[in-house]
Amino acid sequence: MPTFELTPAMMREIIMDHYSSPRHKLTPENDGYASLHSSSVNCIDDIDVYLKFGDDGKVVDACWNGTACAISTASSDIICDLIIGMDEKQAHYLIDQYHKMMHEEPYDASVLEEALAFMNTSKQAARIHCATIGWDAIEEILKEHHHE
Amino acid sequence: MAYDVWKIRQDFPMIRNGKQMQGHPLVFLDNASTTFKPDCVIETMDTYYRDETSNSHRGDYDLCYQADKRIESARRTVAKFLNAEENEVVFTSGTTDSINLIAYGYALKHLKPGDEILLSKAEHASNVLPWFRICELTGARVNYVPLVDDRLTVESLKASMNEHVRIVALAYVGNVLGYVAPIKEMAKVVHSYGAVFAVDGAQAVPHMKIDVKDLDCDFLSFSGHKMCGPTGIGVLYGKYDILCKTDPFLTGGGMNVKFFPNGEAQYLLPPMRFEAGTLNIAGIYGLEAAVKYLQSIGMDAINEHEKELKQYAVKALKATDMVEIYNEDSEAGIVTFNVKGVFAQDAATLLNSKGIACRSGQHCAKILPEVLGTVATVRASFYLYTSKEDIDALVEAVKQGGDFLDAYF
Repeated sequence: MPTFELTPAMMREIIMDHYSSPRHKLTPENDGYASLHSSSVNCIDDIDVYLKFGDDGKVVDACWNGTACAISTASSDIICDLIIGMDEKQAHYLIDQYHKMMHEEPYDASVLEEALAFMNTSKQAARIHCATIGWDAIEEILKEHHHE
Repeated sequence: MAYDVWKIRQDFPMIRNGKQMQGHPLVFLDNASTTFKPDCVIETMDTYYRDETSNSHRGDYDLCYQADKRIESARRTVAKFLNAEENEVVFTSGTTDSINLIAYGYALKHLKPGDEILLSKAEHASNVLPWFRICELTGARVNYVPLVDDRLTVESLKASMNEHVRIVALAYVGNVLGYVAPIKEMAKVVHSYGAVFAVDGAQAVPHMKIDVKDLDCDFLSFSGHKMCGPTGIGVLYGKYDILCKTDPFLTGGGMNVKFFPNGEAQYLLPPMRFEAGTLNIAGIYGLEAAVKYLQSIGMDAINEHEKELKQYAVKALKATDMVEIYNEDSEAGIVTFNVKGVFAQDAATLLNSKGIACRSGQHCAKILPEVLGTVATVRASFYLYTSKEDIDALVEAVKQGGDFLDAYF
């Protein structure tokens, strides 16, 4: 668990920060990225996610672009932040813990960092898909990359 | 008699029973999507299942005979409601089913390469995609009547008409912006080119008096659940001579006279030709109950009430200085807006956290954003039981738009 308690004000600040100035919201200009399009029939979110892998299999860059609400913007941006530098196993572990948090199951908070700002998303169940759209897309890319 | 919204609200268990959402009394402002059911509709359907269960036109016993009579009666009730003839009312599963029946039953039979189908960019997916399919299958093409200040006008229709146009398919009331199209005048233009006018009435029939003879449209589609009726039942009105030129979209029991091993089949006349399989009997009874309920209040009175709510909501929302409204001057009880600086979906989540049900997004009209210049909006839509207090709750919630993430903490 985190060593300090995350207050609603801190969670708001994290989400608003990544919503108003996302670090990884861009379409990569050069090749070498694996990408996946993700959209939802339930809402307006419609994004592309891009991952670049190094020779050692680690994620060397992650970014996303598209139309998205505050929750999907911030959550997609945060996973890009977290996943850069991770190997496949670490990335899957991170995503698993996040999904557990979304669905109110016990989870390992030590790896989630800023993603903990979404710990109460289950209160707005209709928005869980916004908080996971980027995460699910990245998980899919990881799976596809594994098979290549 | 004065319109008594508080008395009307007592007829609806979803309101009367104090339904809560997110710990707040439910404020339901998504009536363009679906509507609550009054006791009379629920009880009518319940009685069919508890006390009157039987199939229709399938047996010689009393219960079955009574079901046949009830279905005839329901068809008569709906016909009268529309000022149509009984044999012009086809029971379908809803507007989508009705429009697909026009597309696959009429258009597929009569259209050929080079023919044109005219739509608008404000149409709901269900009045666009069937036509795309018909174009794929026949070689016809789709074109759009331009919107003038978000409205359909007789002039813009005239300018779009040409001798290739075979079908004009437009909504009577748009589901996003709520502008009422001048259907009667448009029908004259469409007919002067010998084309067929298919009107999507999903957002119109529940809210205003309809007279298909006066409108002179060739088809009119609508759903029961948007007018206090059950889900899974709707109507296709079609002029009888045009229904006679329409093929069945579904074939099977209940729609044929006889058939032979050599593949020859004779179908019943309209409307039963289009009602293959066991009917949605409870749905038909429920629809009849809903129509009678709306008639008991009066379609003009309902329409007036919604207009008043619309003006009230526009005024109150504007006074907050926190919203952008996209359809201030439209006639229907629909307000389409955005809270300034807040993405539509985030605004709808904030409203949910206050117990307010609104829809966000593109409202199934996915080609409209290029007209509106915004990817998504919040839509609040009203009905006969909506009160000014419901709108006050919306306005109060909107005032907190800047704190929209509160919904999550």
